[in-house]
Amino acid sequence: MKKENKELKVSAIKNGTVIDHIPASKLFKVIEILRLYKIDKQITFGTNLESKKFGKKAIIKISDKYFEEEEINRIALIAPEAKLNIIKEYKVVEKKIVRLPNEIVGIVKCVNPKCITNHEDISTKFKVISNKHNVSLKCKYCEKITDEENITFV
Amino acid sequence: MNKKVFYQKSLVSILDYGKNEYLTLIDVAKEFEKNPIQKILDGKVIATLFFEPSTRTRLSFESAVNKLGGKIIGFTDAGTSSVKKGESLKDTIQTVANYSDLIVIRHPLEGSALYASEVSKVPIVNAGDGANQHPTQTLLDLYSIYKTQGSLDNLEITLVGDLKYGRTIHSLIMAMSYFNPRFNLVSPPPLKLPDEYKIFMKEKNIPFAEYENFCDILKNTDILYVTRIQKERFSDPIEYEKVKNSYVLKNYMLEQTKDNLKVLHPLPRVNEINTDVDSNPKAYYFQQALNGVYVRQAIISLILGAI
Repeated sequence: MKKENKELKVSAIKNGTVIDHIPASKLFKVIEILRLYKIDKQITFGTNLESKKFGKKAIIKISDKYFEEEEINRIALIAPEAKLNIIKEYKVVEKKIVRLPNEIVGIVKCVNPKCITNHEDISTKFKVISNKHNVSLKCKYCEKITDEENITFV
Repeated sequence: MNKKVFYQKSLVSILDYGKNEYLTLIDVAKEFEKNPIQKILDGKVIATLFFEPSTRTRLSFESAVNKLGGKIIGFTDAGTSSVKKGESLKDTIQTVANYSDLIVIRHPLEGSALYASEVSKVPIVNAGDGANQHPTQTLLDLYSIYKTQGSLDNLEITLVGDLKYGRTIHSLIMAMSYFNPRFNLVSPPPLKLPDEYKIFMKEKNIPFAEYENFCDILKNTDILYVTRIQKERFSDPIEYEKVKNSYVLKNYMLEQTKDNLKVLHPLPRVNEINTDVDSNPKAYYFQQALNGVYVRQAIISLILGAI
């Protein structure tokens, strides 16, 4: 295989989604939150790329995959500045920004070890409380706050 | 008075009700206090599921049901139930909901009562879910305040003790927020009221001030609400030893106080109210516990549509 072909494969996709402007340190969290490890399509990651905004950024390209609005908005929890490009026939046909949803269902664990959701088979539910600087989640069940640095995924 | 809003509705959090519901409940509880024996729950079965022991709360609920002529089923601690065999809360609730018209639940895990209300076909009454909510305690506090002061409006309330973890304190602040109160907050520094409640009070324009000592502020107090300071809340046992005697109410401290002042305490008391206070007419904590029976009679009969 020629070198040019190899590069082409990494740098462009024919159809699918490109998630750009992810802070480099958040790449693996984004992979986790979108459950990309469960997708059987071709996925390319790049990280520690130069970025004026973050210093170092990451990018994810997923072939033949378009996300639901609800899935995309999960990213806002950890990378609110991320941008999505929808690619069709090598062209960007739509740009999307991520928006923090009002409620987060079933993807984040409650930080409170005494919360019922950590003991029974229950889908977690959080009310999203956000200001300019950070995001925190209030558990619908135990009413405790899970703040940004304590967010872990189910 | 709108009694329909209670019908078949679970009571999980004090925020499930608002001002009108509090006042309706107080009116209904007053009727039960005048006439406590009313066999209006004939044929009804109330389950009391106590996944952790809480003798006082359980007996209060069971007394309320008995006075109303209902029957009680249930267990008094999880060790004697199917939970020991590994049954999930969901399965336990769904099973017991088949045998009962209302379930009273006490559970060590936070959020358990809300979850129970989601999976149950009969209404749930939360009798304490971990450190989270215990709404019937707050409702009986409201009733006690109303009864002793003749109104809930414009009162100066001094809260003493563990303001950080004391769930009755947090719920009382929420519930009283409708009635233009003023709060004095007295606690050792490690057990100060969490910021979220201070923010809540600021948003509602409720005046409050924090103190580390309560002697000087009793003069204008209408309600003195004392809670237990638990040793296990302190990471440093020396800290506990230092503060434990600074928050003990003694009889002489009540000398210069208002005639209408009443001392409330959710019980059990350990040593934070000296026993020499007990004979003072301003001591109200045992009557407060009795009020719990009338308030629970009111809650259960309203939920079941018996009145």
